[in-house]
Amino acid sequence: MNDKPDDTTPPEGDRPDQDRPPVPGSGREGLSPVPFPQDKAAPQDPDTADDVSDLGEGPDAGYSVEKQIDLSEKSYSQGQLVRRRFLRHRGAMVSLIGLLAITVFAFTSIGYGVIPGWWGKNYWEGALVENQGRPTLGLWPPAWGEHPFGQDNAGKDYFALTMRGTQRSLIVAFTVGLVSTVIGVVIGAIAGYYRGWLEAILMRITDLFIVIPALVLAAVFGKMANGGIWPLAFLLSVIGWTSLARLVRGEVLSLREREFVTAAEAIGTGSGRIIFKHILPNTIGTIIVSATLAIAATILTESALSFLGWGVRPPDTSLGLLISTYQTSFQSRPWLFWWPGMIILAIALSVNFLGDGLRDAFDPRQNRTAD
Amino acid sequence: MSSPTDSYTGQVYTGTGTPTDGEEVVLAFDDVDVRFKTEFGSVHAVKGVDLKVRPGEVVALVGESGSGKSVTSMTAMRLLPRNATIGGAVNVAGREVGRLTERTMRRLRGNDVAMVFQEPMTALNPVLTIGTQMVEAMELHHVARGQAALDRAVELLEMVGIPEPARQMKKYPHELSGGQRQRVVIAMAISCDPKVIIADEPTTALDVTVQADILDLLRSLKDKLNTGILLITHNMGVVADMADRVAVMFKGEIVERGTVEEVLLRPQHAYTKMLLGSVPRMGSGRGQMGIRVNEEVDAQAPLAIELKNLVIEYQRLGKPPFRAVDDVSFDVRKGEIVGLVGESGSGKSTIGRCALGLIPAASGEFRLLGQDITRMNKRDKKALRKRIGVIFQDPAASLNPRLPIGECIAEPLVVHNVGDRKSRQDKVHELLEAVHLPREVYNRYPHEVSGGQRQRICVARALTLDPELLVADEPTSALDVSVQARVLKIFAELQEQFGFACLFISHDLAVIDLLAHKVVVLQNGKVVEAGPREQIMENPQEDYTQRLIAAAPVPDPVEQNRRRRERHELLLAQGEEIAELQINDVDEFRGSISEERDDV
Repeated sequence: MNDKPDDTTPPEGDRPDQDRPPVPGSGREGLSPVPFPQDKAAPQDPDTADDVSDLGEGPDAGYSVEKQIDLSEKSYSQGQLVRRRFLRHRGAMVSLIGLLAITVFAFTSIGYGVIPGWWGKNYWEGALVENQGRPTLGLWPPAWGEHPFGQDNAGKDYFALTMRGTQRSLIVAFTVGLVSTVIGVVIGAIAGYYRGWLEAILMRITDLFIVIPALVLAAVFGKMANGGIWPLAFLLSVIGWTSLARLVRGEVLSLREREFVTAAEAIGTGSGRIIFKHILPNTIGTIIVSATLAIAATILTESALSFLGWGVRPPDTSLGLLISTYQTSFQSRPWLFWWPGMIILAIALSVNFLGDGLRDAFDPRQNRTAD
Repeated sequence: MSSPTDSYTGQVYTGTGTPTDGEEVVLAFDDVDVRFKTEFGSVHAVKGVDLKVRPGEVVALVGESGSGKSVTSMTAMRLLPRNATIGGAVNVAGREVGRLTERTMRRLRGNDVAMVFQEPMTALNPVLTIGTQMVEAMELHHVARGQAALDRAVELLEMVGIPEPARQMKKYPHELSGGQRQRVVIAMAISCDPKVIIADEPTTALDVTVQADILDLLRSLKDKLNTGILLITHNMGVVADMADRVAVMFKGEIVERGTVEEVLLRPQHAYTKMLLGSVPRMGSGRGQMGIRVNEEVDAQAPLAIELKNLVIEYQRLGKPPFRAVDDVSFDVRKGEIVGLVGESGSGKSTIGRCALGLIPAASGEFRLLGQDITRMNKRDKKALRKRIGVIFQDPAASLNPRLPIGECIAEPLVVHNVGDRKSRQDKVHELLEAVHLPREVYNRYPHEVSGGQRQRICVARALTLDPELLVADEPTSALDVSVQARVLKIFAELQEQFGFACLFISHDLAVIDLLAHKVVVLQNGKVVEAGPREQIMENPQEDYTQRLIAAAPVPDPVEQNRRRRERHELLLAQGEEIAELQINDVDEFRGSISEERDDV
C-alpha cells in the first residue's frame, strides 16, 4: 500500500492560532488519530517508549500506558529553556547578528546626537560630485574609498545619508512595534477578558480607528508633527494597534473558557494575575508575530508618509524617503535605490526571523529548532 | 532516524474462535504494519496485526490510548494521513484495499465498509440538514436517487428508532440530542447496506442509558442485516455487552485474542489481566483494586456544603432564563465524599461550579463551610476559596501549558500570599511525593508528562492549601482505566490522610460506588434520589435511578447478559421501549436499492 508519497506533512500545531492542545473527546483532534509525538509521554514516542515502567508501581507496571518521566535529561527553568531554544534557532541567531550589525553600524558610523561617529562626512553636507557619484566601495581588494555608497545629486555622501536613514527608520519602526503592541495587547486583553459593556466600548473604539483612513490622520498630524520622528512614531502607533487588539481579543475569548483559567479563578486568583500570568503568555506567539509584522510594515508606511511629505522631511532623512526620492534614478543610478532598499529588506527579514525564533522559544510544546 | 520500539516480545495468547481458512470473512487484516514518518523520526504505530471479521459477527479491538487500535481500523478505510507507511494487506469484502485506485476506494467507502465515529456532533456537518446528509451518501453511491433517496432516508431513520422521521429530516444536527445524532450516524452507515461497519468508540461520548440503547441497536443491526462489526473501544463493559470475539492491543500488537468469554473471564496475558483488574465493577462495592475509603464519617461533623432549595439559572438573550439547577437540597459533612451522579445536562457540573463561586445562584441557600456564598463580597469569596480545592475533568486543559509543574502547584500559595519561596518549594515537593511523582518534575512542563500524571498534578494543586472541601468534577473521565485506577487510589489515600469533604461529580456509577459515602442522583436539574451509597446502589427506589444503574455495563459477558435481560425487563415494566432496528423484511430493504448501485 505504498501508493501514497512518503513526504512528511508539516505538523499542524505550528501556528500560534492553532496551538491549543487537542482536548480528548472534543472531536477536534482530527479525523485520523495520528500519534504525533507532541505529547512527550505518549507511549509511541520513539525516544521514551523503551523505558516503560513507572516509579515503583508493582509488577504490572511494565504494561502501564503511562510513561516514566525521563529524568535523565537535565531540568531547566523556564527562562533557561526559552533562552536555550532561542539560541539554538539558527535563523533567529543569524538574523539577530545581522540586525545588531546593522544597528551598531548605523549608530556608530555617523554618531547619534552629540556623540560623534567614526565616519568623517556629514549627511547634510554637499560636495563635488565625482565620477557621476558612483560608489567607491570595492569588494576585492576591499576598499572603502571616498564615497562607498556613492553620492546623491547634491554630492552628499550617500553612505552617511543611508546610515542616518537607517537610524531614523529603526527608531520609528521599533518604537511603533513596541507602543502599538502594548496598546493592542492591553485593549484586546481587557475587552476579551471582561466582556460586557467594556468590550463593547473598546471594540467600537477599535472599529472607529480602523475606519478612519490612515492618510487623513497622517495629513492632520503630519502637519502638526513638522517632520519630527517622535510625533511620527506616535502617530503610526495610534493607527497601528487595531489589528493586534482584535487578534488578542479573539485569543483571550477562547482562552478564558479553558479549564486552567477556571481553575485559577476557583483558586481565588485576581483578574490581573489571570490575564498577565495565565492568559497572555499563551498568546505570546500571536503577539510576537504581529509585532514583527508591525515593525516591518512600519518601515514601509513611514516611507509612504515621507514620500507624501508628511513623514520625515529633508534635510533629515529615512530609508523610505531615500527610496522615494531616488526611485526615478533606478535605471540610471541604481545604487541610490539599492542601498536603502537592501537595508530595508535586511531589517524586515531579520525582524521576521527573530519573531519566528522567539515564538518557537516561548512555546514549550515544541522542542525542536528550525534548522 | 528510525527507532522502532519492539518493547513487547513476550507470549501472544490466542484463544479459539478465529475464522479458519476458506471461511467467509468480510474484513481481514493480514500482518498490517503502520509507521508514521514524523520530523522526530519514525513512529511504529501498528506492528503486524492479524484480524478477521465474519459477517454478522462483532469483533472488539480493545486497548488503551496509543495502542494503535484506531490506526489499525483506519487502514481498512485507507484514511490515514499521508505520512503513514502501511505494510501487509487489508481485505474488505474480498478486495485488497491497498491495490485499489483512489476512485475505486471512494466507491468502496460507505458502500462496502462504513464507519461510525465517536462524536456524532462532529461526524455530522453542522450546516447541512440531516436529510441532505443522508441522501448524499446514497446518491453518491447510486443506491437511490431523488424522491426514492428521500423515502429511503425516512425509512432508515425510522429503522434506527428516531421518532417522526419525516420531520427530523429537515432538522440540523444541533437540534437533535446526542443519542439521536448517533442514531443518524448509524442510519447513514447502513444506508448503503455495507458488509462491515467499523465503529470507533461509538458510545464513548454518550451517557450510559443512551450507550445501552445504541449498543442494543447495533446488536440487533448485525443480527438482522448480517453485517460484520469491528468495534473499537477502551470500555470493557461495552466489550462484554457486544462482542463475540476480542483482540487486546498493546503498543501496536495484539497480545491476546479469543472469544469474549475466554478473554474477559479467563485472561491469560498479564496486560489483559491488569486491564481487567483496573476496571471498577458495578455492584462490587468497596475494596476493589485496593482502593479503600475511610468509612467512618462523624455524623456530628460540621457541614462543609449545605444546599437548600438551590436554583441556578443561565440568562439567555430574548428567552426566559434556562433553569439548570432546580430546587436542589443536600449537604456534605466534613470528611465525607458525596457522589453527584447524573447524565449530561443534569446540572451536576453547574452545582460544582456554583460551589466554587464561579456562577451565582438565582435563589436558595448555598452554605459553604458555614458561610452563605450567595451574598458574599469579593474579599470574603477569596478567603473562602483558600479553603476549597478543585479538580477538573481534563488534565490537559486544566494546567496552564506555559507554567512549569512546580509553579502550577505553588500557584494557590502565591495567590494567597502563603509562605516564602523556600517554604513554597518545600510544600510542592511534599505534595509531589504525596501523589507519587518524583520531585524532579518541578521544572517540567505539563506536556512532558502523560494524562494520569497530569491529573495527579491537578490533585496535588487542589491540596496545596490543605482544603477543607474538594470539588472533583469528573476527575477520571478523561483517563485510561489503568491510569484511572491509580489516580483513584491516590485520591482515596489522600482523602483518608487529609480528611477533606469532597463533592465528587461523576457519570460513572462504578467509580461512585467505589468512593462515595452518599450519592445524589440528578436528572434535568432536579434531585431524583439521594441517600447513603448502599441504599442507592443496591436498592434504588426511583425509576430513573434503576434505569441508570441497569444501563451501566460490567466487564463480564455472562453477568452482562443477565444484566441486559434485567434491563430490558425493567424498561418494559416502566413502559419504555427497547432500542432495536425496526425492520420487518430485510429482503425488501435490500431490494429497494437501485439497480445502478456502484459495483466496486
